[in-house]
Amino acid sequence: MSVLRREAFMPRPDMIGFMILAVIIFAILPMALDVFRLNLVGKYLTYAFVALGLVLCWGCGGILSLGQGVFFGLGGYCMAMFLKLESSTPEATKIQSTPGIPDFMDWNQLTELPWWWEPFYDFPFTLLAIILVPMIFAFIISVAMFKRRVGGVYFAIITQAIAAILTILIIGQQGYTGGVNGITDLRTLMGWDIRTDEAKTILYFVNGILLFACLLLAQFVRKNKVGRILVAMRDQEDRVRFSGYDVSNFKIFVFCLAAGISAIGGAMFTLQVGFMSPSFVGIVPSIEMVIFCAVGGRLSLLGAVYGSLLVNTAKTTFSESFPELWLFAMGALFIGVVLAFPNGLAGLFQKHIAPRLPTWYTGEKTVSQDISEEPSGTPPVSESVDKDEIVDQSDVVEEKTAPVAAIKSQNSRPVEA
Amino acid sequence: MAMAEKDFVLSVEGLTVSFDGFKAVNDLSFYVEEGEIRVIIGPNGAGKTTVLDLICGRTQATEGSIKFRGKELTKMKEHSIVHAGVGRKFQNPSIYEDLTVFENLELSYPKGWTVFGALAFKRDEHVIQEVESIAKTIFLDEFLDKPAGLLSHGQKQWLEIGMLLIQKPDLLMLDEPVAGMSVAERKKTAELLNRITEGRSVIVIEHDMQFVEDIAHRVTVLHQGKVLSEGSMDRVKNDPNVVEVYLGH
Repeated sequence: MSVLRREAFMPRPDMIGFMILAVIIFAILPMALDVFRLNLVGKYLTYAFVALGLVLCWGCGGILSLGQGVFFGLGGYCMAMFLKLESSTPEATKIQSTPGIPDFMDWNQLTELPWWWEPFYDFPFTLLAIILVPMIFAFIISVAMFKRRVGGVYFAIITQAIAAILTILIIGQQGYTGGVNGITDLRTLMGWDIRTDEAKTILYFVNGILLFACLLLAQFVRKNKVGRILVAMRDQEDRVRFSGYDVSNFKIFVFCLAAGISAIGGAMFTLQVGFMSPSFVGIVPSIEMVIFCAVGGRLSLLGAVYGSLLVNTAKTTFSESFPELWLFAMGALFIGVVLAFPNGLAGLFQKHIAPRLPTWYTGEKTVSQDISEEPSGTPPVSESVDKDEIVDQSDVVEEKTAPVAAIKSQNSRPVEA
Repeated sequence: MAMAEKDFVLSVEGLTVSFDGFKAVNDLSFYVEEGEIRVIIGPNGAGKTTVLDLICGRTQATEGSIKFRGKELTKMKEHSIVHAGVGRKFQNPSIYEDLTVFENLELSYPKGWTVFGALAFKRDEHVIQEVESIAKTIFLDEFLDKPAGLLSHGQKQWLEIGMLLIQKPDLLMLDEPVAGMSVAERKKTAELLNRITEGRSVIVIEHDMQFVEDIAHRVTVLHQGKVLSEGSMDRVKNDPNVVEVYLGH
């Protein structure tokens, strides 16, 4: 029994899932796609960072944020500011009335660089800012909300309002932010041209590696006590509070973590796409990001990655042929997911595919037999609970593979009999 | 009350809470001694659950004081009250349905209460042993790996009691611990309570009179936010006021 009790950072099904995803991202896609398509996939994968943050925040912790685009955007803007300053050398901008400042500032009659742009000449500072600026912003928002016990739908509405406010602010302050066009015409990173095919391929791999680093971090948090507290908080906030935890601190932690992860995605987006604009900050992109997460399965880290890939691929394919229909299709997809399979693709996998996989997948052969031989003293509840519900729960309880195996064996028993 | 304050685990004095002018608890005073099982009874709306809410910090008192081992609780945050040694069970079993029984108990183990403490928390042998021993006490050692959502209603009640036990509180507050239980489960629960109350004080809210007789050292009858009667079960049962408002029905 004590084997079961051990905390497992990476149970076998997760390990297999991680390896399959690694093969897809690092081998299959780069071999199958040309640089243009690979760069597109790289762009989709930057949204996976946000979806990953949402799995922790919304799926595990039950905190729905409709403003994750804010953090994605802040990360992206920090990177874009650095790149813009690098490409705005006095020589490159000598036709401007004030050479040496970004072109959009010159167009808006600014004659010197605003003070808060200055530090972005420095690359290490920029790297820190990419993560810290969004996290500090998230910290301020979440302290203000969670310490006052604002939660649920009110929190979602407020995050959405913040996304709207930030967009309006960026568009309105054209001289400082590039306005509605965003920060464009980014060329080099420390003298390295990011627009070449070679650079795009390298950036794709850097993006993939960072994504895996974030996946492992998220996996660590999920399998840690903090992950269990998050799930507990989602179910019974009061019980957690009266077990001696300051619930708001855990909410602040996970919200800031999600913000930091999203920001890395935003910075990689800027590098791979070559610009950043308010259209990736506002309400619509933020909600799209929630949809990526929901389609993939809000309880599954890997599901978030697949969700981002699939929905974005569909978006590109669809909007190439029927641009005006895409938004309707997206809306329909979201409604469909919520109504038909609330746990997304990962939920479908858990329900229909995982039980049919051979036992090497779970790596726990004997346990399921143990439990199916349970004494008759078992309460009758397990039968009265809806089967679907059991499978849904298995997503969360996959903590240790044993209960999942047990549940699956219960589910499949009638079929076998 | 002539006794010195330090003899009481909990002294509630002049406690009042008003919701928009309605005084759910009105100038209430009572004292719980070390090792005592106190049962609070009273008709619906008498303010029983509100009293527990006030003690554990879920509701803020309008007036009065609640002293636990000399510490004033009325201004403390919920989690600090827990850290001080007060545990509370809710009326409806509130457990984490998506986690296993083991994880439910583990989360209640009093370690790693801060975010970084929780990040660094390791499930060591000591935690495992503690969880397993508590699970035995609450008759759930067979179900440690089951999702708690699959337990029966009575088992969920026990699990929540177990989650409190593992915190090792000095004062345990139980809101209707046997509600919805079968007769056999009630008996087992009474046994369980008698066993776990050694060395700690307990406040129980209960409607089931047989159960109250089985466990109570002293009974406090609440009516309209005030103490109507207090004393041994026999005394309270024969108090004409109590018979009129409560037991007679």
